[in-house]
Amino acid sequence: MGNPVDPGDIQKSMIKDEKADKRRKNILNLVLLALLLVAPAVIYPVFLMKILCFALFAVAFNLLLGFTGLLSFGHAAFLAAGGYTTGYLLSTYSGLTTEMGIIAGTLAATVLGALFAVVAIRRQGIYFAMITLALAQLVYFGFVQAPFTGGEDGMHGVPRGHLFGIIDLENNLAMYYFVLAVFLGGYLLVQRVVGSPYGQVLKAIKQNEPRAVSLGYNVNQYKVLAFVMSAGLAGLAGSVKTVVFQLASLNDAHWHMSGEVILMTLLGGTGTLLGPVFGATFVVNLEYQLSQGPLGDWVDPILGGIFVLTVIAFQSGIVGEVQKFVKKNLG
Amino acid sequence: MSDQFVLETRGLVKEFKGFVAVDDVNLKVQRGHIHALIGPNGAGKTTVFNLLTKFLQPTHGKILFNGKDITALKSAAIARKGVVRSFQISAVFPHMTALENIRVALQSFQGNSFQFWKSGASLNKLNERCMELLDAVGLTEFANTTTVELAYGRKRALELATTLAMEPELLLLDEPTQGMGREDVDRVVHLVRKAAEGRTVLMVEHNLSVVSTLCDRITVLAQGAVLTEGGYQEVSEDPRVREVYMGSAKTTQEAVE
Repeated sequence: MGNPVDPGDIQKSMIKDEKADKRRKNILNLVLLALLLVAPAVIYPVFLMKILCFALFAVAFNLLLGFTGLLSFGHAAFLAAGGYTTGYLLSTYSGLTTEMGIIAGTLAATVLGALFAVVAIRRQGIYFAMITLALAQLVYFGFVQAPFTGGEDGMHGVPRGHLFGIIDLENNLAMYYFVLAVFLGGYLLVQRVVGSPYGQVLKAIKQNEPRAVSLGYNVNQYKVLAFVMSAGLAGLAGSVKTVVFQLASLNDAHWHMSGEVILMTLLGGTGTLLGPVFGATFVVNLEYQLSQGPLGDWVDPILGGIFVLTVIAFQSGIVGEVQKFVKKNLG
Repeated sequence: MSDQFVLETRGLVKEFKGFVAVDDVNLKVQRGHIHALIGPNGAGKTTVFNLLTKFLQPTHGKILFNGKDITALKSAAIARKGVVRSFQISAVFPHMTALENIRVALQSFQGNSFQFWKSGASLNKLNERCMELLDAVGLTEFANTTTVELAYGRKRALELATTLAMEPELLLLDEPTQGMGREDVDRVVHLVRKAAEGRTVLMVEHNLSVVSTLCDRITVLAQGAVLTEGGYQEVSEDPRVREVYMGSAKTTQEAVE
């Protein structure tokens, strides 16, 4: 204070800080990527794929909750729409290559997302959440009644098929690296979106919506786009998941699933890119471990307890708390 | 003479279920003026602001900006036309830096705000203009500070700089000195005077000493309707104004003391 400051210097130091920050993040991401590349040598690939599918689902959800400030309580609908569409197409048309089935599933979820968004976007907070829940319930009962979903029994025996018509995905390792590539694509897309000029506007809307309006932004249009992208990516996660497990079931469309993705995201840390990934990993692991032991019937109450604890004690989630710690002690 | 008035309202009315918050307000804001809207609590000042910027829909009446009817436009469109408002409670983006706050406003005119595929670095070309605006309100050294950490007075200064980034033709300020200490008030008065160069300002203000030093013209609202309008001297001597403010025959000058 008191000393004259040169605006040029401040700008330079800002850009330098940004670059250093970026470099740190890149190093961390590369380490995580290396771990994911070698992971199937140690851990059962199908289990890893399950984690990656849910991680992508949570990353998609977080684009909305963490970076736009909208709480959707209906994201299961998009996961299921992607899954059922892909499952149905791959089961019915044997000439279809796997990636085409997945693209179709993603598109279906994107369209459904646009419909949801148009209806729900004018509402805020709890009303927005309730409308998305209601719409997702409509979709759920649609899936229960629709002839092609197999109703309560679900859709079984979906062929994994060949990627681009060449690579046989029955091989678990080939499937794993494909799922990893899809996950990375989705993750990097969200990273790009969040850091883009559009992402800045989303941030502004999340932090102070009336102010964003008064600066000339038509906020509903921005929110709709975020919602549609989020729904599309959730659908992508569902499509890939169906190919991995060769089945699509009502579990994916149930509101429990919408709740679970909220839990994953909050637990990992909203508003951070890696948070949902860790949250999904944690929840999927915990469910698996518990189901193996004597506490199998206690999965839901235990998850509920963890949820309450997160909301009360560490609201920034796993990644958020770690970031805070690093900033405080090393920054 | 539509040229003389930047903003005009004709028979502006806002009714909430069985309650008239704004009652037949005809306001004319002359180009280049700093125009104050004063009145006791609940007089409808902020409601008028919300109507002008379409945060609320008027029940009846027309709003004209530069002689053109803008009653049907939405909030965001009105802001783009050049009518930009501030808020009673400081309106900043708390978890962005001071510079980013201003940059979001500048970005509004860049036409790249839907480009979700572009790198954020493409916004750095706006930084220079951001620094100029920060400098104008004395916040240069806080450019890289997260806004939530700024003192209240500085937040308001940042808010003003952000509003000015929109290059508004008409600036609507909702109680810019509310909740401020003496020192901050003086600074804001100075900033508003500087900001008003080359543009028109309509402000809601409680602090009558601020009004008396800054404003060219004053409109007094009471119970949603215009009570009187005129220069400071004229208004402050009006017994009806004293009546609504004090419920007695004290002068507004005494009320300030």
